[in-house]
Amino acid sequence: MAVKDYIREKFFPHIWCPGCGHGIIMGGLIRAIETLQKEKNDIVIVSGIGCSSRICGYLDFHTLHTIHGRALAFATGVKLSRPELTVIAPMGDGDAFAIGGNHLIHAARRNIDITAIIMNNNIYGMTGGQYSPSTGYGEFATTAPYSNIDHPFDFVNLAIGAGASFVARTTTYHVTSMIKIIEKAIMHHGFSVVEIMSQCPTYFGRKNKFASAVEMLKYYRDHTTPIGSKDKKNNPDLIERGIFIEKEMPEYCDEYDKIIKMASKGE
Amino acid sequence: MKDNVVFVQGNEAIVEAALYAGLNFFAGYPITPSTEIAELLSLRLPQKGGKFIQMEDELSSMCAIIGASLTGKKSMTATSGPGFSLKQEAIGFAVMTETPSVIVNVQRGGPSTGLPTSGSQGDVMQAKWGTHGEHAIITMTASNNQDAFAVTVDAFNLSETFRTPVILLFDEVVAHTRERLVIPKPDEIKVIQRLKTSVKEGTDYHPYLPREDGRLPMSDFGGVHRYNVTGLAHDMWGFPTTDSTTVYNLMHHLVDKIQGHTKEIARTKEYYLDDAECLLISYGSSARTALHVTEDRRLRGEKIGLLELQTLWPFPAEEVKKKCLNASCVIVVEMNMGQILHEVKKAIDDPEKVFLANQINGSFIKPSDVLNIIRIIQGRGA
Repeated sequence: MAVKDYIREKFFPHIWCPGCGHGIIMGGLIRAIETLQKEKNDIVIVSGIGCSSRICGYLDFHTLHTIHGRALAFATGVKLSRPELTVIAPMGDGDAFAIGGNHLIHAARRNIDITAIIMNNNIYGMTGGQYSPSTGYGEFATTAPYSNIDHPFDFVNLAIGAGASFVARTTTYHVTSMIKIIEKAIMHHGFSVVEIMSQCPTYFGRKNKFASAVEMLKYYRDHTTPIGSKDKKNNPDLIERGIFIEKEMPEYCDEYDKIIKMASKGE
Repeated sequence: MKDNVVFVQGNEAIVEAALYAGLNFFAGYPITPSTEIAELLSLRLPQKGGKFIQMEDELSSMCAIIGASLTGKKSMTATSGPGFSLKQEAIGFAVMTETPSVIVNVQRGGPSTGLPTSGSQGDVMQAKWGTHGEHAIITMTASNNQDAFAVTVDAFNLSETFRTPVILLFDEVVAHTRERLVIPKPDEIKVIQRLKTSVKEGTDYHPYLPREDGRLPMSDFGGVHRYNVTGLAHDMWGFPTTDSTTVYNLMHHLVDKIQGHTKEIARTKEYYLDDAECLLISYGSSARTALHVTEDRRLRGEKIGLLELQTLWPFPAEEVKKKCLNASCVIVVEMNMGQILHEVKKAIDDPEKVFLANQINGSFIKPSDVLNIIRIIQGRGA
């Protein structure tokens, strides 16, 4: 199938701004699913609220566009009731780690087989550029006109700490490896978290002196490095990208099936 | 004693009824006084291949049952006071997306943490208006275990029929009172299954295009029809829209499908209404007190009757108006400051004959609380 076979063309044009990274992520997700040759009827996309969440409408799968922060809670209901379905939850940074932070850490703890894709643009875009849990200290936003005094989360370390069995980071500049990482995350049997750094030229870029989307992509190129690279040793400020954790752990729906077997014997 | 006669508390009756109605998925969070529902379902659901999950909070419990319901499973959550407040946004999502779901709220004293182990009926208006935005919703209640069983089955049936969340508004007294329950035989109470679309694979399925009768046949997530579900105002495809005509039609559909079937949804019970000059109107555990007063005063020859409401929303205004016609005084018995009182006043032509007998101190409303009001109305002093 071609990429366009996975989208709902009648709902285009999309709402994303020119230069936005979210379309690149959607393209990456589609290509990963295409490579894996998954049946469209077997895939459920569950999103929250924000620019990221609109990905739901454009994809020709079962799509559930929910409420702010709760995508993983809805996704848990879908997955536990139909474990054979592939459930993917694309979320924004505020969506996944501010209002929805509790659901993310608990989904990670349960190790339920859902792929969480964090479309991290370091800002609340839909509401016009307020600082998010990944806006850096000293950066600017419409609610941080004097500069941000909050310290950002490290999503990767947070997900690892919460017990996620697959954790990765990539960027919209590194499309080829992004596709590979999404493929691996979907294939991983357990909870997977993929942080994808995604440019928001309209709000984050404008507030933080990035001249264009291209400048932001170059920033991702120049300020990230593969995990454990020599560059990282020389320049500790570089952000690492790649797969940080990929481990086998009992999966929640499998565990519940064991409970069902135990319970039905007792009856 | 027969196998189907049990001695249980109200929360157990609710569990038995939910399983009878075909409950397949439950998500919840511990909270008093509804916790026994979750405890029992964690034991019972896996025995029939169903799923139970204790979520990280109240919000996610409501969200999880909506997700499960979209895959075709009958789903329920249970909570009390503060938890009901927390679920409201997701309840609105179920309203907007027309996802069948049953929400049990075992009411306790509020506001805030209030009186966690005491009975109350303070959430009547919250059941109707707790979530933001114009909408309609179904809310049912009962005063004893046998009726709690029946209305719980009913709640699932109505939820599937009208594709709406249904609130079961019980209270601590009903939930924790142990009494006899006769579990109906299979098929004794009709159990309604979800209306599924007959549209074949490859043919366009419009998830949000109501049929002529207002109903929307569903297609399970994971099935042959892929469609979008959103809490945004949406068109017949389930795709977001701000088109004023489409939004107008959607809003009217959401309200009309429930308000237009008020008569069909209304459940009431009547005691000694035929010649009643003094009419008590009550619901939930308060109706137990109201019934006691009614039967007690009847023994003394007083013309008193009781109308027990089991459907609170949509409010059965026409029926209430009809029953109040010949009464010289109407007393609403409830454990709040008059949440149903005002509905009754609105429903009838002579609202000045409607009075309130209530209790809000955490104690269960006593017959004397009602009798005092009757004495005052009769000019005999409390």
